Amino acid sequence: MDIVSSGLLQRALLEVMVLGATCGALGVWLLHLRHTYAAESLAHAMLPGLVIAALVGAPLLLGAAGGVLAAAALIALAARDTRVGPEIAVGVTVTTAFGLGAMLATPDVPARLGELLFGDLLGTTTADLVAACGLGAVVGLALWAGHRPLAAAVFDPLAAPSLGVRPGRVELALLVLLALAVVAAVQGLGNLLVLALIVAPAAGALRLGRTIGMQIALAAALGALSGLIGLVASAELDLAAGASVALAAIVLWMLAALLGPRPPSPAGGTPRSLAETLSGG
Amino acid sequence: MSAPAASPAAVEVQGLSASYGPAAVALRDVTFSATGGQAVAVLGPNGGRKTTLFRALLGELPTASGSATVHGTIAYVPQTERSRLDFPVSALDVALMGAYARTSWYRRIAARDRSLARVALERVGLAERAGTRFGALSGGQRQRVLIARALVQDAGVLLLDEPFAGVDRTSEEAIMGILDELRAEGRVLLIATHDVEQARGWDRVLCLAGRQIAYGAPAETLTNAVLEGTYGEEIVMLDCGHRAVAIQHHSHSHNH
Repeated sequence: MDIVSSGLLQRALLEVMVLGATCGALGVWLLHLRHTYAAESLAHAMLPGLVIAALVGAPLLLGAAGGVLAAAALIALAARDTRVGPEIAVGVTVTTAFGLGAMLATPDVPARLGELLFGDLLGTTTADLVAACGLGAVVGLALWAGHRPLAAAVFDPLAAPSLGVRPGRVELALLVLLALAVVAAVQGLGNLLVLALIVAPAAGALRLGRTIGMQIALAAALGALSGLIGLVASAELDLAAGASVALAAIVLWMLAALLGPRPPSPAGGTPRSLAETLSGG
Repeated sequence: MSAPAASPAAVEVQGLSASYGPAAVALRDVTFSATGGQAVAVLGPNGGRKTTLFRALLGELPTASGSATVHGTIAYVPQTERSRLDFPVSALDVALMGAYARTSWYRRIAARDRSLARVALERVGLAERAGTRFGALSGGQRQRVLIARALVQDAGVLLLDEPFAGVDRTSEEAIMGILDELRAEGRVLLIATHDVEQARGWDRVLCLAGRQIAYGAPAETLTNAVLEGTYGEEIVMLDCGHRAVAIQHHSHSHNH
C-alpha cells in the first residue's frame, strides 16, 4: 500500500506524529515530577464520558473533556477525606469510572468500546488534525514559558517558594496540560494506548538526553518516530494502528534503555540488572 | 558580589506560633532577634521543628500567633540529598535558579545574572565545576552550589538546613570558611544543626523542642539543663568535658 498517496493515511500519519511529539515532550516533565500514575489515571477515568458521548452521538472530544472533569472533581472530593488520602482516592475513582464506562458500554455499543479504548487513527478527520495541532502549539508554548518554574519545582520543591516558584501551582498546570493532551489524543489513540506515547518516548529520552532541553527534543522526536514507524508497520503488515504505534514506542524505549549510555549513578561500580537498566534507576 | 547594604539584614521573631493546619500548633513561643553579621545555630532533636521555624520565616506557614519579620531577601539552603540528583542540571544551572524570581517568564536570564552566578560559584570554590551535573558532585560540593544559589538571590538572610550533614571534612572546612565570610559581610545566618559542639562556635544558639527552650550566646545558653530540655532522652554526654551529641538518626519526614 502506498502510504503517501492515501489521504486517509496521510491524515492519520500527521495526527499520530503531532500527538507523539506533543505527548513525548509533555511526558518528560511528567516523568521528572513522577506523575505517571496521574497520567494513567486521567486517561482511564474519562471512559464513562467517552461511552456516554458515543451513546448519545456527541463528539468524543466533548465526552472526553466531561469525563476528565468529572473524574478530577471526584478525586478532589475523595482526597479531601484525610482518612482516604490522594493515592487511594485516585485508585478508587479510576476503577469506579473505568468499571462504570465498561458497564454503560455493553451491550449496546460493544463495537465502539474497542475504538474508545484503543483509538481509531484511520478515522482521523480534518477537525481532529486541527485539534491535535492546536494542542501541540499550546503544550509547546506552555512548556517553553514554564521551563524555569518546572525545573525549580522538580529539582528543589522545598526551596522553590523562596525562588519565586509555587510547586503546587506548577504541578496543577502540568496536570491541566496532561488532561488537554489526553482529551485531544483519545480519538486517535484511545484511552489505553495514549499512555504509551506519554510515557515511553519520555522514558527513552531521559536515558539519552544530558540536559532537560535535549530530553524534551529527544522525547518529541521519539514520539513522532513511534507514530511514523507504528503506522507504516500497521499499514504494511495489516495490524491495528493504535497498538502498532504503542508497540513502536515501547520498542524504541527499550532500544534507548539497552543501547544508550549508562545512566550516571553516584554509587557506580555495581552491576545493574535488566530491570534496573530498563527503569533507568 | 557584596552584601546587601541598603537596609541591614535582620530577623525579628516575637511570640511566634506556627501550624501546618488548624488541628495542631507545630511550634510555639519562639522569640528571638538576630541582626546582620550574626550566625545563629538552631539546635533541636528530630521533630524539634527546626524546619517548621524556617518555613514560618519563609512565609510558607500560617502564623497562629505572634509575628516573624525578616529584613532583606531570604534564601533557603536545603539539604542536598533532598534535591533530585537525577535531574539533568549543571552546577551553573542550579546557581542560576537564584535569578528566577527576578526573571520574567518570556525573557532569558540576564547577562548580569549569568556573570553573578559564575562569580558565586567561584566564591564557593567551584568555578571549574560549573558545567558538571549537580548529581555528580560530592555532597559538600552540592551544598556549596546551593549556597552559591543563595548568593545569586542576593540573600541578606540565609536559612541553612543541616549544611554539614553528609559532608566530608574538606568540604566542611570550605563551607565553614564561606559562612564566616557571609557573616562578615553583614548577612544573617540561621544554621539548623545537630552538632552541639559546632553550635558553640556561632554567635547565638536557638534551642527548639516544639517550643523555644532557650536563646542566647552559646557559652551561657548551652547548659546541661537546656540541652536536656531540648533533647530529652536523646542526649549523650561524652567524656571530653562539655561535649554532648544527639544520637537519633536524622529524618525530616514527620516535619511535613
